[in-house]
Amino acid sequence: MTLLQNTLYVTTPDAYLRLEGETVCVMVEQQRRLQVPLHHLGALVLFDHVMLSPALLGRCAEDGRSVVWLNRSGRFQARLEGPVNGNILLRQAQFRTAEDGRAALVLARATVAGKLRNSRQVLMRGAREAKSGADRDTLVKAARLLAIQIRKLPQAETLDALRGFEGDGARLYFESLPAVMREPVREQFPFEARSRRPPRDAFNALISFLYALVLADCRAALETVGLDPQLGFLHAVRPGRPALALDLLEEFRAPLADRLALTLINRGQIQPGDFDCREGGAVLLNDKGRKTVITAYQERKQETLTHPLLQQDTPIGLLPHIQARLLARFLRQDVRAYVPYLQR
Amino acid sequence: MQRPSDDRLQIPLSALNQYAYCPRRCFLIHGEGEFRDNVHTVSGTLEHEQVDRQAGESKAGVRVEYALPVWSDALGLSGRCDVVEFHPDGAIYPVEYKHGKRKQWDNDDLQLTAQALCLEEMTGKPVTTGAIFHQQSKRRREVAFDDNLRRAVKSAVVAVQALLSSAACPPPLCGIDARRCGECSLRGICQPELIGSDRELEQLSQTLFEPEEELP
Ligand code: SF4
Repeated sequence: MTLLQNTLYVTTPDAYLRLEGETVCVMVEQQRRLQVPLHHLGALVLFDHVMLSPALLGRCAEDGRSVVWLNRSGRFQARLEGPVNGNILLRQAQFRTAEDGRAALVLARATVAGKLRNSRQVLMRGAREAKSGADRDTLVKAARLLAIQIRKLPQAETLDALRGFEGDGARLYFESLPAVMREPVREQFPFEARSRRPPRDAFNALISFLYALVLADCRAALETVGLDPQLGFLHAVRPGRPALALDLLEEFRAPLADRLALTLINRGQIQPGDFDCREGGAVLLNDKGRKTVITAYQERKQETLTHPLLQQDTPIGLLPHIQARLLARFLRQDVRAYVPYLQR
Repeated sequence: MQRPSDDRLQIPLSALNQYAYCPRRCFLIHGEGEFRDNVHTVSGTLEHEQVDRQAGESKAGVRVEYALPVWSDALGLSGRCDVVEFHPDGAIYPVEYKHGKRKQWDNDDLQLTAQALCLEEMTGKPVTTGAIFHQQSKRRREVAFDDNLRRAVKSAVVAVQALLSSAACPPPLCGIDARRCGECSLRGICQPELIGSDRELEQLSQTLFEPEEELP
Protein backbone atom coordinates (compact mmCIF):
# COMPACT_ATOMS: atom_id res chain seq x y z
CA MET A 1 0.00 0.00 0.00
CA THR A 2 2.78 2.42 0.80
CA LEU A 3 4.44 1.36 -2.40
CA LEU A 4 2.72 2.19 -5.62
CA GLN A 5 3.13 -0.82 -7.77
CA ASN A 6 3.03 -0.54 -11.48
CA THR A 7 0.25 -1.64 -13.69
CA LEU A 8 1.38 -3.56 -16.73
CA TYR A 9 -0.73 -2.52 -19.70
CA VAL A 10 -0.46 -4.79 -22.70
CA THR A 11 -1.99 -3.43 -25.88
CA THR A 12 -0.31 -5.60 -28.50
CA PRO A 13 -2.92 -7.95 -29.92
CA ASP A 14 -2.01 -11.64 -29.70
CA ALA A 15 0.67 -11.06 -27.11
CA TYR A 16 1.24 -13.99 -24.80
CA LEU A 17 2.17 -13.50 -21.16
CA ARG A 18 3.80 -16.21 -19.15
CA LEU A 19 5.31 -16.75 -15.76
CA GLU A 20 9.05 -17.25 -15.73
CA GLY A 21 10.39 -17.67 -12.23
CA GLU A 22 9.41 -14.51 -10.43
CA THR A 23 8.90 -12.52 -13.60
CA VAL A 24 6.26 -11.95 -16.25
CA CYS A 25 7.44 -12.47 -19.79
CA VAL A 26 5.61 -10.75 -22.61
CA MET A 27 5.97 -12.76 -25.82
CA VAL A 28 4.97 -11.45 -29.22
CA GLU A 29 5.29 -13.83 -32.17
CA GLN A 30 7.54 -16.18 -30.22
CA GLN A 31 9.84 -13.33 -29.27
CA ARG A 32 10.45 -12.04 -25.82
CA ARG A 33 9.51 -8.36 -25.81
CA LEU A 34 9.56 -7.56 -22.13
CA GLN A 35 10.34 -9.14 -18.81
CA VAL A 36 9.11 -7.57 -15.57
CA PRO A 37 9.62 -8.76 -12.00
CA LEU A 38 6.28 -9.77 -10.52
CA HIS A 39 6.82 -7.88 -7.31
CA HIS A 40 6.86 -4.62 -9.27
CA LEU A 41 3.36 -5.26 -10.52
CA GLY A 42 0.12 -4.55 -8.74
CA ALA A 43 -2.13 -5.28 -11.68
CA LEU A 44 -2.21 -6.40 -15.28
CA VAL A 45 -4.49 -4.64 -17.72
CA LEU A 46 -4.85 -6.39 -21.03
CA PHE A 47 -6.47 -5.05 -24.16
CA ASP A 48 -7.98 -7.15 -26.90
CA HIS A 49 -6.67 -10.61 -27.48
CA VAL A 50 -3.89 -10.89 -24.99
CA MET A 51 -3.35 -14.36 -23.56
CA LEU A 52 -2.02 -15.48 -20.23
CA SER A 53 -0.44 -18.77 -19.30
CA PRO A 54 -2.38 -20.78 -16.73
CA ALA A 55 0.63 -20.60 -14.40
CA LEU A 56 0.65 -16.81 -14.51
CA LEU A 57 -3.11 -16.66 -14.04
CA GLY A 58 -2.85 -18.96 -11.03
CA ARG A 59 -0.06 -16.95 -9.54
CA CYS A 60 -1.96 -13.66 -9.94
CA ALA A 61 -5.02 -15.17 -8.30
CA GLU A 62 -2.92 -16.42 -5.43
CA ASP A 63 -1.24 -13.07 -4.81
CA GLY A 64 -4.44 -11.09 -5.19
CA ARG A 65 -2.96 -9.26 -8.16
CA SER A 66 -5.74 -8.06 -10.37
CA VAL A 67 -5.96 -8.99 -14.01
CA VAL A 68 -8.41 -6.98 -16.08
CA TRP A 69 -9.34 -7.40 -19.70
CA LEU A 70 -10.55 -4.36 -21.61
CA ASN A 71 -11.61 -4.11 -25.21
CA ARG A 72 -9.88 -1.73 -27.63
CA SER A 73 -11.78 1.31 -26.50
CA GLY A 74 -11.21 0.55 -22.85
CA ARG A 75 -14.58 -1.02 -22.08
CA PHE A 76 -14.42 -3.51 -19.29
CA GLN A 77 -14.70 -7.12 -20.37
CA ALA A 78 -13.52 -9.43 -17.66
CA ARG A 79 -11.51 -9.60 -14.51
CA LEU A 80 -9.70 -12.27 -12.59
CA GLU A 81 -10.91 -12.73 -9.09
CA GLY A 82 -8.95 -14.74 -6.56
CA PRO A 83 -10.35 -15.93 -3.26
CA VAL A 84 -12.76 -13.36 -1.86
CA ASN A 85 -10.72 -11.16 0.36
CA GLY A 86 -11.48 -8.49 2.85
CA ASN A 87 -14.07 -8.73 5.42
CA ILE A 88 -17.66 -9.75 5.36
CA LEU A 89 -18.34 -7.36 8.24
CA LEU A 90 -17.18 -4.48 6.08
CA ARG A 91 -19.44 -5.55 3.24
CA GLN A 92 -22.32 -5.86 5.67
CA ALA A 93 -21.69 -2.30 6.77
CA GLN A 94 -21.61 -1.23 3.14
CA PHE A 95 -24.94 -2.92 2.46
CA ARG A 96 -26.52 -1.46 5.58
CA THR A 97 -25.44 2.04 4.59
CA ALA A 98 -26.77 1.60 1.08
CA GLU A 99 -30.13 0.51 2.45
CA ASP A 100 -30.30 3.46 4.80
CA GLY A 101 -31.56 6.12 2.39
CA ARG A 102 -30.33 8.99 4.54
CA ALA A 103 -26.77 7.69 4.87
CA ALA A 104 -26.58 6.82 1.19
CA LEU A 105 -27.72 10.33 0.29
CA VAL A 106 -25.04 11.90 2.48
CA LEU A 107 -22.36 9.84 0.73
CA ALA A 108 -23.78 10.53 -2.70
CA ARG A 109 -23.80 14.27 -1.98
CA ALA A 110 -20.16 14.16 -0.94
CA THR A 111 -19.35 12.34 -4.17
CA VAL A 112 -21.12 14.90 -6.33
CA ALA A 113 -19.53 17.75 -4.39
CA GLY A 114 -16.12 16.20 -5.04
CA LYS A 115 -16.87 15.84 -8.71
CA LEU A 116 -18.13 19.37 -9.21
CA ARG A 117 -15.45 20.99 -7.05
CA ASN A 118 -12.71 19.20 -8.92
CA SER A 119 -14.29 20.12 -12.25
CA ARG A 120 -14.41 23.70 -11.12
CA GLN A 121 -10.74 23.50 -10.22
CA VAL A 122 -9.95 22.61 -13.84
CA LEU A 123 -11.86 25.69 -15.04
CA MET A 124 -10.17 27.98 -12.54
CA ARG A 125 -6.75 26.77 -13.49
CA GLY A 126 -7.72 27.27 -17.11
CA ALA A 127 -8.78 30.81 -16.25
CA ARG A 128 -5.44 31.55 -14.58
CA GLU A 129 -3.57 30.30 -17.63
CA ALA A 130 -5.93 31.75 -20.26
CA LYS A 131 -4.29 33.63 -23.13
CA SER A 132 -7.30 35.77 -24.00
CA GLY A 133 -9.58 37.89 -21.88
CA ALA A 134 -12.63 36.34 -23.49
CA ASP A 135 -11.60 32.82 -22.49
CA ARG A 136 -10.79 33.98 -19.03
CA ASP A 137 -14.21 35.57 -18.66
CA THR A 138 -15.95 32.46 -19.96
CA LEU A 139 -14.12 30.29 -17.46
CA VAL A 140 -14.58 32.61 -14.49
CA LYS A 141 -18.27 32.86 -15.23
CA ALA A 142 -18.64 29.09 -15.49
CA ALA A 143 -16.70 28.64 -12.25
CA ARG A 144 -19.09 31.05 -10.50
CA LEU A 145 -22.14 29.21 -11.79
CA LEU A 146 -20.61 25.93 -10.76
CA ALA A 147 -20.04 27.26 -7.25
CA ILE A 148 -23.74 28.13 -7.04
CA GLN A 149 -24.56 24.62 -8.16
CA ILE A 150 -22.29 23.16 -5.47
CA ARG A 151 -23.91 25.25 -2.75
CA LYS A 152 -27.28 23.87 -3.77
CA LEU A 153 -26.26 20.26 -3.16
CA PRO A 154 -27.30 20.11 0.51
CA GLN A 155 -30.82 20.99 -0.61
CA ALA A 156 -31.10 17.80 -2.61
CA GLU A 157 -33.38 15.62 -0.52
CA THR A 158 -33.52 12.71 -2.93
CA LEU A 159 -31.02 10.95 -5.13
CA ASP A 160 -32.94 12.07 -8.20
CA ALA A 161 -32.77 15.71 -7.17
CA LEU A 162 -29.07 15.27 -6.53
CA ARG A 163 -28.52 13.70 -9.93
CA GLY A 164 -30.36 16.66 -11.43
CA PHE A 165 -27.92 19.12 -9.84
CA GLU A 166 -25.04 16.94 -10.90
CA GLY A 167 -26.24 16.85 -14.50
CA ASP A 168 -26.64 20.64 -14.61
CA GLY A 169 -23.18 21.12 -13.14
CA ALA A 170 -21.58 18.71 -15.56
CA ARG A 171 -23.23 20.43 -18.51
CA LEU A 172 -21.96 23.83 -17.38
CA TYR A 173 -18.49 22.42 -17.01
CA PHE A 174 -18.30 20.72 -20.37
CA GLU A 175 -19.77 23.73 -22.15
CA SER A 176 -16.91 25.93 -21.01
CA LEU A 177 -14.17 23.33 -21.25
CA PRO A 178 -13.12 24.30 -24.83
CA ALA A 179 -11.98 27.61 -23.35
CA VAL A 180 -9.24 25.65 -21.56
CA MET A 181 -7.95 24.37 -24.88
CA ARG A 182 -5.38 26.39 -26.74
CA GLU A 183 -6.74 28.38 -29.66
CA PRO A 184 -5.43 26.22 -32.55
CA VAL A 185 -6.23 23.01 -30.72
CA ARG A 186 -9.81 24.06 -30.28
CA GLU A 187 -10.34 23.80 -34.00
CA GLN A 188 -8.68 20.41 -34.25
CA PHE A 189 -10.80 19.06 -31.43
CA PRO A 190 -14.27 20.48 -31.80
CA PHE A 191 -16.16 19.54 -28.67
CA GLU A 192 -19.62 20.57 -27.74
CA ALA A 193 -21.12 18.15 -25.31
CA ARG A 194 -20.33 14.89 -23.71
CA SER A 195 -21.13 11.91 -25.93
CA ARG A 196 -20.63 8.31 -24.98
CA ARG A 197 -21.21 4.84 -26.31
CA PRO A 198 -19.73 5.56 -28.73
CA PRO A 199 -17.95 8.90 -28.46
CA ARG A 200 -18.72 11.07 -31.46
CA ASP A 201 -15.69 13.31 -31.54
CA ALA A 202 -12.00 12.96 -30.77
CA PHE A 203 -12.02 14.75 -27.42
CA ASN A 204 -14.90 12.63 -26.20
CA ALA A 205 -13.05 9.54 -27.36
CA LEU A 206 -9.98 10.67 -25.44
CA ILE A 207 -11.72 11.36 -22.15
CA SER A 208 -13.86 8.22 -22.43
CA PHE A 209 -10.74 6.14 -22.77
CA LEU A 210 -9.10 7.87 -19.81
CA TYR A 211 -12.23 7.38 -17.69
CA ALA A 212 -12.03 3.67 -18.46
CA LEU A 213 -8.44 3.56 -17.23
CA VAL A 214 -9.25 5.46 -14.04
CA LEU A 215 -12.35 3.32 -13.49
CA ALA A 216 -10.26 0.16 -13.64
CA ASP A 217 -7.99 1.66 -10.96
CA CYS A 218 -10.94 2.72 -8.80
CA ARG A 219 -12.41 -0.74 -9.00
CA ALA A 220 -9.12 -2.35 -8.05
CA ALA A 221 -8.75 0.07 -5.14
CA LEU A 222 -12.18 -0.84 -3.78
CA GLU A 223 -11.54 -4.52 -4.16
CA THR A 224 -8.22 -4.18 -2.40
CA VAL A 225 -9.84 -2.73 0.70
CA GLY A 226 -12.58 -5.35 0.60
CA LEU A 227 -15.51 -3.23 -0.56
CA ASP A 228 -18.00 -4.57 -3.07
CA PRO A 229 -17.52 -2.51 -6.25
CA GLN A 230 -21.04 -3.28 -7.42
CA LEU A 231 -22.96 -1.63 -4.62
CA GLY A 232 -22.87 2.13 -4.93
CA PHE A 233 -24.56 5.07 -3.26
CA LEU A 234 -24.93 7.57 -6.07
CA HIS A 235 -25.08 5.09 -8.92
CA ALA A 236 -27.98 2.72 -8.80
CA VAL A 237 -27.38 -0.98 -8.66
CA ARG A 238 -27.67 -2.74 -12.00
CA PRO A 239 -26.44 -6.20 -12.95
CA GLY A 240 -22.87 -6.07 -14.13
CA ARG A 241 -22.42 -2.40 -13.29
CA PRO A 242 -19.59 -1.45 -10.95
CA ALA A 243 -21.73 1.17 -9.23
CA LEU A 244 -19.38 1.92 -6.34
CA ALA A 245 -16.38 2.13 -8.67
CA LEU A 246 -18.39 4.61 -10.75
CA ASP A 247 -19.11 6.59 -7.58
CA LEU A 248 -15.42 6.73 -6.77
CA LEU A 249 -14.57 7.63 -10.35
CA GLU A 250 -16.64 10.83 -10.04
CA GLU A 251 -14.04 12.41 -7.75
CA PHE A 252 -11.25 11.62 -10.15
CA ARG A 253 -12.72 12.37 -13.58
CA ALA A 254 -11.57 15.98 -13.68
CA PRO A 255 -8.20 15.82 -11.91
CA LEU A 256 -6.96 12.51 -13.34
CA ALA A 257 -8.63 12.26 -16.73
CA ASP A 258 -9.85 15.62 -18.03
CA ARG A 259 -6.77 17.49 -16.98
CA LEU A 260 -4.49 14.93 -18.57
CA ALA A 261 -6.57 14.98 -21.76
CA LEU A 262 -6.26 18.76 -21.96
CA THR A 263 -2.51 18.63 -21.36
CA LEU A 264 -2.07 15.97 -24.03
CA ILE A 265 -3.86 17.94 -26.71
CA ASN A 266 -2.54 21.34 -25.66
CA ARG A 267 1.00 20.05 -25.91
CA GLY A 268 0.32 18.30 -29.19
CA GLN A 269 1.17 14.90 -27.76
CA ILE A 270 -2.17 13.68 -29.01
CA GLN A 271 -3.30 14.79 -32.45
CA PRO A 272 -6.24 14.18 -34.72
CA GLY A 273 -4.24 11.46 -36.48
CA ASP A 274 -4.37 9.41 -33.29
CA PHE A 275 -8.05 8.68 -33.82
CA ASP A 276 -10.07 6.54 -36.20
CA CYS A 277 -13.36 7.91 -37.47
CA ARG A 278 -15.77 5.13 -38.20
CA GLU A 279 -18.58 5.01 -40.69
CA GLY A 280 -21.63 6.59 -39.13
CA GLY A 281 -19.82 8.97 -36.80
CA ALA A 282 -18.17 7.05 -33.98
CA VAL A 283 -14.63 8.18 -33.12
CA LEU A 284 -12.10 6.02 -31.30
CA LEU A 285 -8.45 6.23 -30.40
CA ASN A 286 -6.28 4.13 -32.69
CA ASP A 287 -3.41 1.89 -31.58
CA LYS A 288 -0.82 4.62 -31.63
CA GLY A 289 -3.10 7.00 -29.77
CA ARG A 290 -3.94 4.46 -27.10
CA LYS A 291 -0.27 3.80 -26.50
CA THR A 292 0.48 7.48 -26.07
CA VAL A 293 -2.42 7.92 -23.65
CA ILE A 294 -1.57 4.86 -21.58
CA THR A 295 2.06 5.89 -21.26
CA ALA A 296 1.10 9.40 -20.22
CA TYR A 297 -1.42 8.09 -17.70
CA GLN A 298 1.09 5.68 -16.25
CA GLU A 299 3.64 8.48 -15.86
CA ARG A 300 1.09 10.74 -14.29
CA LYS A 301 0.29 8.11 -11.68
CA GLN A 302 3.90 8.08 -10.56
CA GLU A 303 4.02 11.82 -9.99
CA THR A 304 3.52 12.92 -6.42
CA LEU A 305 1.58 15.68 -4.77
CA THR A 306 1.02 16.67 -1.18
CA HIS A 307 -2.11 14.99 0.05
CA PRO A 308 -4.40 17.55 1.66
CA LEU A 309 -5.29 15.31 4.60
CA LEU A 310 -2.22 13.15 5.03
CA GLN A 311 0.09 16.11 4.52
CA GLN A 312 2.64 13.91 2.87
CA ASP A 313 3.92 13.32 -0.62
CA THR A 314 1.62 10.85 -2.25
CA PRO A 315 1.88 9.29 -5.70
CA ILE A 316 -1.14 10.32 -7.72
CA GLY A 317 -1.85 6.68 -8.52
CA LEU A 318 -2.47 5.99 -4.84
CA LEU A 319 -5.24 8.54 -4.49
CA PRO A 320 -8.06 6.12 -5.38
CA HIS A 321 -6.67 3.68 -2.82
CA ILE A 322 -6.60 6.31 -0.12
CA GLN A 323 -10.19 7.29 -0.86
CA ALA A 324 -11.32 3.66 -0.94
CA ARG A 325 -9.72 3.10 2.43
CA LEU A 326 -11.25 6.26 3.84
CA LEU A 327 -14.65 5.11 2.60
CA ALA A 328 -14.18 1.72 4.22
CA ARG A 329 -13.18 3.40 7.48
CA PHE A 330 -16.25 5.60 7.30
CA LEU A 331 -18.56 2.67 6.64
CA ARG A 332 -17.05 0.86 9.60
CA GLN A 333 -17.56 4.00 11.66
CA ASP A 334 -13.88 4.37 12.24
CA VAL A 335 -14.15 8.03 11.22
CA ARG A 336 -17.13 10.32 11.38
CA ALA A 337 -17.09 11.74 7.89
CA TYR A 338 -16.29 10.80 4.36
CA VAL A 339 -14.64 13.57 2.39
CA PRO A 340 -14.01 13.15 -1.32
CA TYR A 341 -10.61 13.83 -2.80
CA LEU A 342 -10.39 17.56 -3.39
CA GLN A 343 -7.86 18.75 -5.91
CA ARG A 344 -6.10 21.93 -4.93
CA MET B 1 -22.23 -11.81 18.86
CA GLN B 2 -23.31 -15.16 20.28
CA ARG B 3 -21.50 -18.18 18.99
CA PRO B 4 -22.37 -21.80 19.65
CA SER B 5 -19.80 -23.45 21.85
CA ASP B 6 -18.32 -25.62 19.10
CA ASP B 7 -17.95 -22.51 16.97
CA ARG B 8 -16.06 -20.49 19.52
CA LEU B 9 -13.70 -17.95 18.10
CA GLN B 10 -10.27 -19.55 18.04
CA ILE B 11 -7.58 -17.01 18.53
CA PRO B 12 -4.29 -17.38 16.71
CA LEU B 13 -1.36 -17.12 19.09
CA SER B 14 0.15 -14.35 17.04
CA ALA B 15 -2.97 -12.26 17.64
CA LEU B 16 -1.99 -11.92 21.28
CA ASN B 17 1.31 -10.49 20.27
CA GLN B 18 -0.33 -8.09 17.84
CA TYR B 19 -2.83 -7.08 20.47
CA ALA B 20 -0.15 -6.24 22.98
CA TYR B 21 1.62 -4.21 20.32
CA CYS B 22 -1.50 -2.39 19.19
CA PRO B 23 -5.17 -3.47 19.38
CA ARG B 24 -5.86 -1.78 16.07
CA ARG B 25 -3.13 -3.78 14.40
CA CYS B 26 -4.61 -6.94 15.86
CA PHE B 27 -8.02 -6.06 14.48
CA LEU B 28 -6.73 -5.11 11.05
CA ILE B 29 -4.84 -8.37 10.70
CA HIS B 30 -7.14 -10.87 12.33
CA GLY B 31 -10.49 -9.12 12.19
CA GLU B 32 -10.33 -7.56 8.76
CA GLY B 33 -7.94 -10.01 7.17
CA GLU B 34 -5.92 -7.16 5.78
CA PHE B 35 -2.61 -8.80 5.92
CA ARG B 36 -2.24 -12.01 4.11
CA ASP B 37 1.41 -12.83 4.37
CA ASN B 38 2.18 -12.81 8.00
CA VAL B 39 5.65 -11.43 8.51
CA HIS B 40 5.94 -13.31 11.72
CA THR B 41 5.94 -16.86 10.41
CA VAL B 42 9.38 -18.32 10.70
CA SER B 43 10.18 -20.56 7.80
CA GLY B 44 13.11 -21.54 5.68
CA THR B 45 15.84 -23.98 6.41
CA LEU B 46 18.43 -21.31 6.90
CA GLU B 47 16.85 -20.10 10.06
CA HIS B 48 16.41 -23.63 11.27
CA GLU B 49 20.08 -24.28 10.78
CA GLN B 50 20.78 -21.46 13.15
CA VAL B 51 18.36 -23.04 15.55
CA ASP B 52 20.19 -26.35 15.31
CA ARG B 53 23.50 -24.80 16.12
CA GLN B 54 21.94 -23.06 19.03
CA ALA B 55 20.32 -26.28 20.23
CA GLY B 56 23.59 -28.17 19.82
CA GLU B 57 25.10 -26.04 22.50
CA SER B 58 22.67 -27.34 25.04
CA LYS B 59 22.83 -30.77 26.54
CA ALA B 60 22.80 -33.84 24.38
CA GLY B 61 19.60 -35.82 24.12
CA VAL B 62 17.44 -32.77 23.59
CA ARG B 63 14.73 -33.41 21.05
CA VAL B 64 13.80 -30.35 19.03
CA GLU B 65 10.46 -29.84 17.27
CA TYR B 66 10.15 -27.08 14.68
CA ALA B 67 6.96 -25.29 13.78
CA LEU B 68 5.03 -27.41 16.22
CA PRO B 69 1.25 -26.97 16.14
CA VAL B 70 -0.03 -26.14 19.61
CA TRP B 71 -3.44 -25.32 21.02
CA SER B 72 -5.47 -24.82 24.13
CA ASP B 73 -9.12 -25.78 24.07
CA ALA B 74 -9.58 -24.27 27.49
CA LEU B 75 -8.45 -20.84 26.32
CA GLY B 76 -9.53 -21.06 22.71
CA LEU B 77 -6.04 -20.58 21.33
CA SER B 78 -4.11 -22.20 18.56
CA GLY B 79 -0.96 -21.62 16.62
CA ARG B 80 2.55 -22.82 16.14
CA CYS B 81 5.73 -22.72 18.14
CA ASP B 82 8.89 -21.90 16.20
CA VAL B 83 10.86 -24.33 18.33
CA VAL B 84 10.07 -26.54 21.30
CA GLU B 85 12.88 -28.38 23.09
CA PHE B 86 12.03 -31.59 24.90
CA HIS B 87 14.81 -32.19 27.39
CA PRO B 88 15.79 -35.61 28.78
CA ASP B 89 14.84 -34.51 32.27
CA GLY B 90 11.26 -33.93 31.05
CA ALA B 91 11.52 -30.17 30.78
CA ILE B 92 9.60 -28.60 27.92
CA TYR B 93 11.12 -25.42 26.67
CA PRO B 94 9.56 -23.24 23.93
CA VAL B 95 11.79 -20.86 22.00
CA GLU B 96 10.37 -18.01 19.97
CA TYR B 97 12.46 -16.54 17.15
CA LYS B 98 12.47 -12.84 16.56
CA HIS B 99 13.97 -11.09 13.57
CA GLY B 100 14.65 -7.73 15.06
CA LYS B 101 16.42 -6.38 18.06
CA ARG B 102 14.88 -6.49 21.45
CA LYS B 103 11.73 -4.40 21.55
CA GLN B 104 10.71 -2.07 24.30
CA TRP B 105 7.40 -3.77 24.90
CA ASP B 106 6.81 -7.21 26.25
CA ASN B 107 4.43 -8.56 23.63
CA ASP B 108 6.92 -11.33 22.83
CA ASP B 109 6.82 -12.59 26.39
CA LEU B 110 3.07 -12.70 26.30
CA GLN B 111 3.04 -14.81 23.17
CA LEU B 112 5.66 -17.18 24.57
CA THR B 113 3.68 -17.60 27.77
CA ALA B 114 0.60 -18.40 25.73
CA GLN B 115 2.59 -21.10 23.97
CA ALA B 116 3.59 -22.50 27.34
CA LEU B 117 -0.03 -22.64 28.46
CA CYS B 118 -0.89 -24.54 25.31
CA LEU B 119 1.99 -26.97 25.83
CA GLU B 120 0.90 -27.57 29.42
CA GLU B 121 -2.63 -28.39 28.37
CA MET B 122 -1.42 -30.65 25.56
CA THR B 123 1.14 -32.61 27.57
CA GLY B 124 -0.26 -32.35 31.07
CA LYS B 125 3.19 -31.33 32.27
CA PRO B 126 4.32 -28.04 33.73
CA VAL B 127 6.19 -25.68 31.45
CA THR B 128 8.11 -23.20 33.54
CA THR B 129 10.61 -21.43 31.32
CA GLY B 130 11.25 -20.65 27.69
CA ALA B 131 13.32 -18.24 25.67
CA ILE B 132 13.18 -15.53 23.08
CA PHE B 133 15.96 -15.83 20.52
CA HIS B 134 16.92 -12.61 18.82
CA GLN B 135 18.39 -13.43 15.47
CA GLN B 136 20.15 -10.14 15.03
CA SER B 137 22.12 -10.34 18.25
CA LYS B 138 22.10 -14.17 18.35
CA ARG B 139 21.12 -13.97 21.99
CA ARG B 140 18.69 -16.00 23.98
CA ARG B 141 16.70 -14.33 26.68
CA GLU B 142 15.09 -16.61 29.23
CA VAL B 143 11.51 -15.98 30.24
CA ALA B 144 10.06 -17.51 33.40
CA PHE B 145 6.33 -18.07 33.13
CA ASP B 146 5.27 -16.53 36.40
CA ASP B 147 1.74 -15.91 37.64
CA ASN B 148 1.73 -12.35 36.35
CA LEU B 149 2.45 -13.45 32.81
CA ARG B 150 -0.08 -16.26 32.99
CA ARG B 151 -2.76 -13.88 34.20
CA ALA B 152 -1.82 -11.39 31.51
CA VAL B 153 -2.30 -14.06 28.83
CA LYS B 154 -5.71 -15.00 30.15
CA SER B 155 -6.96 -11.45 30.21
CA ALA B 156 -5.45 -10.74 26.79
CA VAL B 157 -7.30 -13.76 25.38
CA VAL B 158 -10.58 -12.45 26.71
CA ALA B 159 -9.86 -9.00 25.33
CA VAL B 160 -8.85 -10.30 21.91
CA GLN B 161 -11.93 -12.49 21.73
CA ALA B 162 -14.12 -9.49 22.47
CA LEU B 163 -12.22 -7.38 19.97
CA LEU B 164 -12.40 -9.85 17.11
CA SER B 165 -16.07 -10.58 17.55
CA SER B 166 -16.94 -6.90 17.51
CA ALA B 167 -17.41 -4.93 14.34
CA ALA B 168 -15.53 -1.82 15.36
CA CYS B 169 -11.92 -1.14 14.65
CA PRO B 170 -10.06 0.36 17.63
CA PRO B 171 -8.58 3.83 17.14
CA PRO B 172 -4.92 4.25 16.25
CA LEU B 173 -2.33 4.46 18.99
CA CYS B 174 -1.82 7.92 20.36
CA GLY B 175 0.53 9.74 22.67
CA ILE B 176 3.80 8.06 23.43
CA ASP B 177 2.56 4.72 22.08
CA ALA B 178 2.24 6.28 18.63
CA ARG B 179 5.97 5.85 18.11
CA ARG B 180 5.22 2.18 17.47
CA CYS B 181 3.47 3.26 14.29
CA GLY B 182 6.89 4.13 12.91
CA GLU B 183 7.93 0.52 12.59
CA CYS B 184 4.50 -0.95 12.03
CA SER B 185 4.19 -2.73 8.70
CA LEU B 186 0.48 -1.94 8.54
CA ARG B 187 0.97 1.77 8.58
CA GLY B 188 -0.10 2.25 4.99
CA ILE B 189 -3.31 0.33 5.54
CA CYS B 190 -4.06 1.73 8.97
CA GLN B 191 -3.47 5.34 8.00
CA PRO B 192 -3.18 6.63 11.54
CA GLU B 193 -2.76 10.17 10.16
CA LEU B 194 -6.02 9.98 8.29
CA ILE B 195 -7.96 8.61 11.22
CA GLY B 196 -6.16 10.95 13.58
CA SER B 197 -7.46 13.78 11.46
CA ASP B 198 -11.04 12.85 12.27
CA ARG B 199 -11.84 16.34 13.47
CA GLU B 200 -10.29 17.85 10.36
CA LEU B 201 -12.34 15.45 8.26
CA GLU B 202 -15.51 16.56 9.96
CA GLN B 203 -14.64 20.21 9.43
CA LEU B 204 -13.88 19.58 5.80
CA SER B 205 -17.16 17.78 5.36
CA GLN B 206 -18.96 20.79 6.75
CA THR B 207 -17.36 23.10 4.22
CA LEU B 208 -17.70 20.59 1.41
CA PHE B 209 -20.44 22.56 -0.27
CA GLU B 210 -18.64 25.88 0.14
CA PRO B 211 -16.03 26.08 -2.63
CA GLU B 212 -13.39 28.74 -2.09
CA GLU B 213 -13.82 31.93 -4.02
CA GLU B 214 -10.23 32.13 -5.20
CA LEU B 215 -11.02 33.26 -8.70
CA PRO B 216 -8.30 35.06 -10.62
S1 SF4 C 1 0.19 2.15 12.35
FE1 SF4 C 1 0.08 2.49 14.56
S2 SF4 C 1 -2.10 2.55 15.06
FE2 SF4 C 1 -1.89 1.64 13.04
S3 SF4 C 1 -1.85 -0.54 13.39
FE3 SF4 C 1 0.28 0.14 13.31
S4 SF4 C 1 0.82 0.57 15.42
FE4 SF4 C 1 -1.41 0.45 15.35
